Amino acid sequence: MSKRFSHEKIEKNSILLLVLTLVTVAIGGLVEIVPTFLIKSTIEDVKGVRPYSPLELAGRNIYLREGCYNCHSQMIRSLRSEVERYGHYSLAAESKYDHPFQWGSKRTGPDLARVGGKYSDEWHRLHMADPRAVVPESVMPGYPFLAKRPLDYRNIENGLRALAVAGVPYSEEAIANARADLLAQATPDADTDGLMQRYPKAQARDFDGNPKMISELDALIAYMQMLGTLVDFSAYEHADLQQ
Amino acid sequence: MAISTAPGTATPPGIMTSSAWAVLVSLVAGAFLFIAIAANAQDAPMAVHSWLFAFAFLAGVMLIGQRHMTVSEALAHNRPLADDGTGYADGVVKAGAIATLFWGVAGFLVGVVIAFQLAFPALNFDTDFLNFGRLRPLHTSAVIFAFGGNALIATSFYVVQRTSRARLAGDIAPWFVFWGYQLFIVIAATGYLMGVTQSKEYAEPEWYADIWLTIVWVVYLLVFLATLAKRKEPHIYVANWFYLAFIVTIAMLHIGNNLAIPETLTSSKSYALFPGVQDALIQWWYGHNAVGFFLTAGFLGMMYYFVPKRAERPVYSYRLSIVHFWSLIFIYIWAGPHHLHFTALPDWAQTLGMTFSIMLWMPSWGGMINGLMTLSGAWDKLRTDPVIRMLVVSVAFYGMSTFEGPVMSIKAVNSLSHYTDWTIGHVHSGALGWVGFISFGAVYCLIPWLWKRERLYSLALVSWHFWIATIGIVLYITAMWVSGILQGLMWRAYDAQGFLEYSFAETVAAMHPFYVIRALGGLLFLAGALIMVYNCWMTIKGRYRESEPLSVPAPARAAAQPAE
Repeated sequence: MSKRFSHEKIEKNSILLLVLTLVTVAIGGLVEIVPTFLIKSTIEDVKGVRPYSPLELAGRNIYLREGCYNCHSQMIRSLRSEVERYGHYSLAAESKYDHPFQWGSKRTGPDLARVGGKYSDEWHRLHMADPRAVVPESVMPGYPFLAKRPLDYRNIENGLRALAVAGVPYSEEAIANARADLLAQATPDADTDGLMQRYPKAQARDFDGNPKMISELDALIAYMQMLGTLVDFSAYEHADLQQ
Repeated sequence: MAISTAPGTATPPGIMTSSAWAVLVSLVAGAFLFIAIAANAQDAPMAVHSWLFAFAFLAGVMLIGQRHMTVSEALAHNRPLADDGTGYADGVVKAGAIATLFWGVAGFLVGVVIAFQLAFPALNFDTDFLNFGRLRPLHTSAVIFAFGGNALIATSFYVVQRTSRARLAGDIAPWFVFWGYQLFIVIAATGYLMGVTQSKEYAEPEWYADIWLTIVWVVYLLVFLATLAKRKEPHIYVANWFYLAFIVTIAMLHIGNNLAIPETLTSSKSYALFPGVQDALIQWWYGHNAVGFFLTAGFLGMMYYFVPKRAERPVYSYRLSIVHFWSLIFIYIWAGPHHLHFTALPDWAQTLGMTFSIMLWMPSWGGMINGLMTLSGAWDKLRTDPVIRMLVVSVAFYGMSTFEGPVMSIKAVNSLSHYTDWTIGHVHSGALGWVGFISFGAVYCLIPWLWKRERLYSLALVSWHFWIATIGIVLYITAMWVSGILQGLMWRAYDAQGFLEYSFAETVAAMHPFYVIRALGGLLFLAGALIMVYNCWMTIKGRYRESEPLSVPAPARAAAQPAE
């Protein structure tokens, strides 16, 4: 230890130790996190990504509630074997309205980033009721209760409002129509003009095969069927997508 | 271990000071607040949790009142006090040691259950509250925060008093930290079962539980700092640097990662403040440093007290402890992005994360070397003292998993290991081997010390615990290495025509035998913990196993053997 500095000073002063520790642990996070908010190219410039429709959002909340993220990723890595199995690698732009993100960390089941449109609603219904009825090797829990439970959407306006505070571009009109849009998307032959204008590419139908009730399964399937369907990748070259 | 306190300075615990009244009033006000929330709750979980909070606060009021009555009665009748406020405050440490054992068994048990669910999915029973998706966060939170957290709080309260030669600061405050933390655990755990989750791994509790934990944690930091401020030792002992870094960094990470906007103030549901890629980065900044500061720095604090104490040797190198402390806490924070290789996180951040993760190997091994080499001149104790064996093997596991981690953070390796069971195996070599064993070792030390017993009920049972748990860990991590690498290779295998060779379902089927082996490994680890609970319980009761007489300690017996 040189004369100018001795670690003793820090060891004998708890507040100095506290402050120096806090400074030391703050640096790495600041250097890594702050630029992702400031560098514009972090989020690729692609068209088509929009906020979730109220029904999709309700479905996403069920996806979160049941802890699907524990076994399913929504992040296709830029590796040949992944792109061939799941589709185009995921863009940051595709989750720019995701609060929280659902990239996941484990694939006990397959990636779901582009599961939308891969299977029919009927397949999803059977799969959720009894996964091994359609995939014998599956170790997924069964979720038969989702089809039986009416969807609770009392708080859907508040949900949109909270997301708007966090920066998701839901207009006042979208918030005011949240309940109507939710009903329109889950009811066959409903007037969906407002819904389609606010949420382009939204799919409206009776998802769970039971037109008498809007169930939790309706919302979950509506969410899963839109995953990864918003960006038209044929419109972009690889260079357009560089961060 | 005697403590010298200036006479006349101590206030017996339980006397109603002005701060005690302030706590009492706050608790009553809090109870009213939660009764109001319960009356207006938007959803059933929020109603349940509000009542839980309200009842807990009122129970706190009762406890404070009861404590006060006991003390005033004793003072009025001139009866001696069990704790006159002059010695160390060990009641809260005792409670913490018991809570550590309780939550440990609970967390391991849920781990075994979900391991069997993955091997035999019928065990999910098609229910909502018992399915894997809800139980897995229950397992991770129970082992990390309930078991690990209680071990850290209890040992830090013990260590900071001894190494500062000062009684724990505050009278109610340490108990507030203890019970407040248990309340957080109960709120989090019941929330998971009811489907209340932020879905951010290891930060699943919802906004109101997060606010509560923040309050408890700030009080924890203040108790720790105020005790340091009272110290009669000029130097702050190295274990306390690590405990302090753990407490303050976890506060920073917890607040940063849990910023969220509740649907309403009476709803259990919130939305994360940050979106997509930023949320992912902040989550793994948090997630990896929950490992770095909760599961590493905190437990290194434990190592720096219990290993030298038990081995009766000084810490190997003072200078090494300085160098590895500062480098460890500086470098760890940068490592988070290695959880996001090849994702939509910008490349520069991935590269930074990988670089720092590899550098992290050195300070990690600095800690391992300092721990292991403390045994210099006392290696024979490995043979005679199973508690020292547990402590030393935990440091060896620490070394192993902090070598494996940097390897897995290399992008080429990570492309194979990520999303597979290899990660799960890696985590468990650290969690079962390092965190589990160092905590077991510390509790095995603490129980006889706190309850003033000459030694544990049985050292032979410690040996049994050690071997059963070690075999369990080996089964667990080898099963996960094989299943992880196997599945990673199957996902990227191509056939002769250039097509992907295996469907996803085929790779799931291939996991089955390893999932069974893993569950059995977990079962052994749980069995070991149950042996420990029995051993500790008998020790607390004041019993000593008859076949291990007190008068002839084990080393003396060995020495009594005739020499060849």
